[in-house]
Amino acid sequence: MVNVAALRCKECSREYPIGAFNVCDFCFGPLEVVYDMDAIADIASRERIMSGPNSLWRYADFLPAEYNPLVDINAGFTPLIRSRALAERLGLEELWIKNDSVNPSYSFKDRVVAVAAAKALEFGFETLACASTGNLACAVAAHAARAGMKAYVFIPSDLEAGKVLGAAIYNPTMVAVNGSYDDVNRLCSELADQYQWAFVNINVRPFYADGSKTLGYEVAEQLGWRAPAHVVAPSASGAMFTKIYQGLKEFEYTGIIDKVETRMHCAQARGCSPIATAYEEGRFVIRPVKPATIAKSLGIGNPADGYYALKTIEASDGSAVIAEEHEVAEGIKLLAQTEGIFTEGAGGVAIAGLKRLVERGEIQPDEPTVVYITGNGLKTTEIVSDVVNPILIESTVSAFEQSVGVKA
Amino acid sequence: MATTMQRVRFTFLDHMIKQPVIYRMGHDFDVVTNIRRADVQEGVGWVILEVEGELEEIERGLDWVRSLGVRVDPALGDLIEP
Repeated sequence: MVNVAALRCKECSREYPIGAFNVCDFCFGPLEVVYDMDAIADIASRERIMSGPNSLWRYADFLPAEYNPLVDINAGFTPLIRSRALAERLGLEELWIKNDSVNPSYSFKDRVVAVAAAKALEFGFETLACASTGNLACAVAAHAARAGMKAYVFIPSDLEAGKVLGAAIYNPTMVAVNGSYDDVNRLCSELADQYQWAFVNINVRPFYADGSKTLGYEVAEQLGWRAPAHVVAPSASGAMFTKIYQGLKEFEYTGIIDKVETRMHCAQARGCSPIATAYEEGRFVIRPVKPATIAKSLGIGNPADGYYALKTIEASDGSAVIAEEHEVAEGIKLLAQTEGIFTEGAGGVAIAGLKRLVERGEIQPDEPTVVYITGNGLKTTEIVSDVVNPILIESTVSAFEQSVGVKA
Repeated sequence: MATTMQRVRFTFLDHMIKQPVIYRMGHDFDVVTNIRRADVQEGVGWVILEVEGELEEIERGLDWVRSLGVRVDPALGDLIEP
């Protein structure tokens, strides 16, 4: 934490002291955390990382908050699995799956909230808050429960109750807001200004976002201290995508790994693809859209970090890819049936995107590739409910053999 | 009624780029507009601005802007996350 220098505007580069705010007063640009990377390089080492906890806090030297066991629910350090069957199906020799669906609240959001919550405690906040329709709400409510903090979760009133059960179980104050998504956005912006709360993706967003850097560090460590040739990651706000790359580049800068030549590929679904569409049209201006995708966890039509995701693609000579809506469920099934990993819509988009990138020749068979699976399939079972087709039989061996088509 | 401030982003497509939307909003509604950042390219452009006034008047003004076909979003992107 001594390694955190300031907050800086990503647009006009004005610097601010560390505090709970996320917008530049001058140009309204987003703020990000600036680190003293040379100070980090002086202390960081592979050995120091490996002697740390089996969670994202093993990378504490690179994070903007102090480890605090009071709020830790053990996010991060999820498995990186060498793919066999899926790799073979796609014609890849070295494919790795980062299975981040096994975090404590079953999505990568535990990483960002872990850091935001730890920082919130440092700032002296007693309340965590967010506006969310799913994974973020779960992560916020879970961390608040662990820390004994109050939690407020704002949801649109037309959201099905079942969608937020995974958050409600932790007993946050859940507020269903009448009105459009824009109304919920506006209300939360006003509340963040008026209340002394840590709104994780608003006033503590610079710290929150950096939790995703650990997705880059972890993959580099788990690959044996090297960066992959390709990363394929689903994208909603674009923040996680940019932070994976930042994590890899920080490991390079501090000498933890050699030169990073990773090409970053962003995957979105057809029904909500503002970043990938801008990429395809060759421009850096994001046109916001109204999300209409079954990959609900990617449903951000006005992505806060969309522009920066495009810059990451450019800097890494990467690309963006759009999965058609019908390919989302196919991607989920393909991953489940080849690797035994059940993911939600975002994972289906990532797998469908990976497939297309290989078909396009963007990824060559011998190039080490990592695909990020960021959420758990049990959260969105309705997408693939058609897989449940049991064979109904009478309770005799002959009925079994006849109906199922097997013979002893 | 107390005045309030909103930070919004207008996204203009095609023909709307040439229209003096922000001037007219400040002229026809009781709000003060203050542009902070903008990027206008061929076929699409955006402006990030502060709009100050009574909440109801800001909403009326923004609704009028939307009615012209200009998209209005929070300046820093969607705050609701999945």
